Amino acid sequence: MLNYVIKRIAIAIPTILILIIVSFLLMHSAPGGPFTSERPLPPQVLANIEAKYGLDQPLWRQMVNYVWSVVTQFDFGPSFKYKDRTVNEIIGQGFPITLKYGFWSFVFAIGVGIPLGAIAAIRKNTWIDYLAVGVSIGAQVLPNFVMAPLLVIIFTLWLGWLPGGGWNGGSIEYLIMPVIALSTSYMASIARITRSSMLEVLNSNFIRTAKAKGLPSRTILLRHALKPSLLPVISYLGPAFVGLITGSVVIDIYFSTGGMGYFFVNSAMNRDYSVMMGITILVGFLTIMFSLVVDLLYAWIDPKIRY
Amino acid sequence: MIVAEKNKIAEMAENLSGLNAVDGRSLWADARRRFMHNKAAVVSLMVLTLIVLFSFVGPYFAVWSNEEIDWAVMGSAASKGMPSFQTGHFFGTDDLGRDIFSRVVQGTQVSLMVGVVGAFIAVLVGTLYGAVAGYVGGRTDQIMMRLVDILMAIPFMFVLILMLVVFGRSIGMLFIGIGLLAWLDMSRIVRGQTLSIKNKEFIEAARAAGVSSFKIITRHIVPNLLGVVAVYATLLVPGMILTESFISFLGLGVQEPNTSWGALISEGAGTIRYDTEWQLLFPLAFFVVSLFCFYFIGDGLRDALDPKDR
Repeated sequence: MLNYVIKRIAIAIPTILILIIVSFLLMHSAPGGPFTSERPLPPQVLANIEAKYGLDQPLWRQMVNYVWSVVTQFDFGPSFKYKDRTVNEIIGQGFPITLKYGFWSFVFAIGVGIPLGAIAAIRKNTWIDYLAVGVSIGAQVLPNFVMAPLLVIIFTLWLGWLPGGGWNGGSIEYLIMPVIALSTSYMASIARITRSSMLEVLNSNFIRTAKAKGLPSRTILLRHALKPSLLPVISYLGPAFVGLITGSVVIDIYFSTGGMGYFFVNSAMNRDYSVMMGITILVGFLTIMFSLVVDLLYAWIDPKIRY
Repeated sequence: MIVAEKNKIAEMAENLSGLNAVDGRSLWADARRRFMHNKAAVVSLMVLTLIVLFSFVGPYFAVWSNEEIDWAVMGSAASKGMPSFQTGHFFGTDDLGRDIFSRVVQGTQVSLMVGVVGAFIAVLVGTLYGAVAGYVGGRTDQIMMRLVDILMAIPFMFVLILMLVVFGRSIGMLFIGIGLLAWLDMSRIVRGQTLSIKNKEFIEAARAAGVSSFKIITRHIVPNLLGVVAVYATLLVPGMILTESFISFLGLGVQEPNTSWGALISEGAGTIRYDTEWQLLFPLAFFVVSLFCFYFIGDGLRDALDPKDR
């Protein structure tokens, strides 16, 4: 086990470094510097500004400095557009918001998806099974950017129950629609995966043995069937996390929740490279860490896995 | 015992000799028959064909072109721009007075093209990469697949948007970006299949005959992967369309006057508060129906071609 943990971490570290280096090089291959504008600055002023941001140094030196400050101090440097703000401040403003509705989306996707899939498998070919299958097929073609406007039409314009956007400190009525819009398609995927793996497990020999022993069906399901049928779900959590964090960009734009996605798109429009890089690296870091945790969890739960 | 069976055998032999030789069925004929039995897939294929036809024939029916502005409607889309046959705006107009019908036609063209071209690039790169990794094996395989693992752990949408901003937003860049980022799954699947094929006798025969590795991969291995590749390619297309729509929804994809489903949905979604639901619902319907069709066709193809389920 320890070997596996070390090996897995040994992969995660170069991945993060590659991500940082690739986004750094991408940014520097962009035509025009961050201070190129229609009215060219006087050369001395430009030189002074570039010296301040360290842009007058050779590329490799800039890269080493950047990687160093990111890795050791989590310092993504100053924003190129908002002269008085650092990337860290911008992330610090948006990240808690993203974290809050992202967390609840994750909880919703798992908390509804797994029971729905499990019940569908147990009550195969009943109305609840058909309902679950129908929902999971339908939700496949309802990604977040389709769900968001549909929810607003129904709950804001027609019914008038929920506010159509804004954050307001994350109070519940502002939280409901972002969470549902973001998590529905992942909830459906989790339900589908749970259902099919549960069906497979329920048909396997050890469940038949348990039945033959005369165990009550509640014990069979909870003690014997649930754990093995959750393994595929756990390995789906990594991709689901990536999907949620990517989808948060749409949520921030459409519901004006003011999370990280808003700053990401805004900086993409303004060519504020340092903010884009900072957010990309942070998101990549979180993703890699999350998939590391998921893999370790999987190895810990699955008795069959060899490492 | 044996004597008793003898009569039976003779009888069976007689029956057999009365039969004509059965026509052989190729793998593809078999697959086509199975596919045709899948109603959802066949219906989806027909609907999708109609949508493709619509995107080509549509312009001939349109009264307004996609760039023309109906000045009579501009600014009062909510009251005058609704779908109607009299004004020639079959799907209504947007807030600028542009005809949604023409724009949906054009968006359909762009979205389908992004889907198909993106999937094509992904299939091309992924198949070759996976086949090489699987065929060569050993340390090369390890390094190549480790690289895929590493790339897979990176949230691609962010890198793709970064690329689009750095290299400029154009449809070409979008094609390349989406295609180049989507080959990872493909290469894993192809590698797995290659591993199971590469020890078969016909590969050994080719090697014994002195065929070069590259030729073996392109002539003998890749053609045998076509079934699996076809299935995943159909499932890749909706994935590509989703990615493109996502980016266009954020306003970072195709640029005016070009449009796509995602861009249209984004526009329609931005104006629903002004009682102009048709601006959202028409493009949305095309988007949802097409994705449905692609998924059902993909499922049908998988059932028809995947050797696992036979």
